[in-house]
Amino acid sequence: MSTLAPPVVKGTRSANSGGRSGSLGWLVLPALLFFVTFGVVPLFGVLFLSFTQWDGIGDIHPDGLNAWRSVLGDPQLLHSLGVTFLIMILSWLVQTPASLLLGTFLAGHQRYRGFLAVLYFIPLLLSSAAIAITWKALLDPNFGLGAGLGLSFLQQDWLGKDTLAVGVVVFIVSWQFIPFHSLIYQGGVRQIPRSIYEAAEIDGAGRLRQFFSITLPQLKYTIITSSTLMVVGSLTFFDLIFVLTAGGPGDATRVLALDMYKRGFMANLMGPASAIAVILVLVGLGIALLLRRLGGTDQTDSMLEGA
Amino acid sequence: MAVTTPPAPTRPSRPSSVGKGTSTTAKLLRLNWFGGIAGWIWLVIGMLPIYWIVISSFKSQSNFFATNPLLPPDEWTLDSYRLVIESDFIRYFGNSVVVTVGAIVPAVLISFMAAFAIVRGGNGWFLRLSNSLFLMGLAIPLQAVIIPVYLIIIRLRLYDTLTAMILPSIAFAIPLSVLVLSNFIRDVPRELFESMRLDGCSEWGTMWRLAFPLTRPALVTVTIYNALGVWNNFLLPLILTQNPDRRTLPLALWTFQGQYGVNVPAVLASVVLTTLPILVFYAVGRRQLLSGLTAGFGK
Repeated sequence: MSTLAPPVVKGTRSANSGGRSGSLGWLVLPALLFFVTFGVVPLFGVLFLSFTQWDGIGDIHPDGLNAWRSVLGDPQLLHSLGVTFLIMILSWLVQTPASLLLGTFLAGHQRYRGFLAVLYFIPLLLSSAAIAITWKALLDPNFGLGAGLGLSFLQQDWLGKDTLAVGVVVFIVSWQFIPFHSLIYQGGVRQIPRSIYEAAEIDGAGRLRQFFSITLPQLKYTIITSSTLMVVGSLTFFDLIFVLTAGGPGDATRVLALDMYKRGFMANLMGPASAIAVILVLVGLGIALLLRRLGGTDQTDSMLEGA
Repeated sequence: MAVTTPPAPTRPSRPSSVGKGTSTTAKLLRLNWFGGIAGWIWLVIGMLPIYWIVISSFKSQSNFFATNPLLPPDEWTLDSYRLVIESDFIRYFGNSVVVTVGAIVPAVLISFMAAFAIVRGGNGWFLRLSNSLFLMGLAIPLQAVIIPVYLIIIRLRLYDTLTAMILPSIAFAIPLSVLVLSNFIRDVPRELFESMRLDGCSEWGTMWRLAFPLTRPALVTVTIYNALGVWNNFLLPLILTQNPDRRTLPLALWTFQGQYGVNVPAVLASVVLTTLPILVFYAVGRRQLLSGLTAGFGK
């Protein structure tokens, strides 16, 4: 499948697959060194640490299965998993139709749409910390958006009530990432051959029909790529939630990543925190593989995290 | 893929010439409106917060609480900006620049070397293994491995330094960079490499004098993509530093917010100032930036 991104042109594979010299191996070494040290070793390290006791400063002691026992026996884990999946599913449900619609709209080549696209993508440039801080102020019941528009139903204690806070997180995540996914869909739609639409038109298919019978099926792989990114990415909404609610009110928005941080770096229980991190990796890989099976193609490159 | 496509409408917007005239036209218009309305609604949703950040950052603190939040200030003032800049903003900005440049330049160079070797180095087990390792790396989220990274940084006695943020940033920029760059180098016509060889050029020379310049668009793309990620990174400074002097901008934003809490205009001015460099970048290199953002998601 080819979604977009110009430099990644799918090429004439024949180009130069077999270089002649086998002595180039050392050129990989610097990259390998960095990646193994800070990527591969930590991946095994986190598994190792989940069987130890460590407060983050002192010595590390082996601790058998205690960390796992305490994590798996703690109702907090189920709650965090639940919140994580809830936010994952809700944000998928909001983002996918909206991104499809906007992506299809942006795929047109009218000049004003190009101009709109320039503005659409601005939220992508902001850091999650900046976005969280902005929305926190914007949702203030007395001095924020609600007061500005004079709409009383917008003047709520958005971050102070459990269900509202979850809704706010989903909304802000969508605000942040819909432009990105629209960009992916825009590229996908532009690659659908025009001739299919022309044929459909001759057959008298209306535009709505064209959308559901041509655009949507043709975008199958784009939808899978985008969904994988959304779903796997949603496991890593740490900074946004950390700055916005810090997991609150209560534990209402305490997703897995936040649970890990709180146990590890606030309660100084690195063992249990590492166990949560292992669960995080497994959930991410599991979902990515599941979606990949749905797609039936090789999409190693679409499992990008977004850290 | 947005970039050099000629301005031809992808989807035929004219009604079919064959029969069914009116009803098709009606449908066409309806859906156009649907998409169009969604487009304009999104413009409002997307831009309103940005507009609000900008106007509010020019309000004085008392003015902020007195005026309608959505109206421009009665009196424009730079007080908030002055306050932010006096609160060590320059230092945090400098830290961010050092960390971003210090991570991205080496990351892109060593990724390029690795990509070149993977494409040109034949089919040895070592290069293939390295390549699969990098591909696997795409699926490792930084957060999941942050605890061991923290441990490694402590053991290297790098805790609370800028280097502590640079090293993991380099590592986590590598997988996608190698993927994008190797796909690109693979498309360089084989004949060019052959003629370099016939001219007696070493592989090392070929890499820098042929492959490097030809890969420039992809290099720009990965540079921008990674730079944005490092610039906005919040987790690494949060975990790996302690001293306020080592903060980078996203973390500084968070502490500003704690510090100035009620002084919303000052908090928003700091948001504007941290985003400004990226916005300038966006204005200059919008296409590279957007293609950078989706780098690697297409094949």
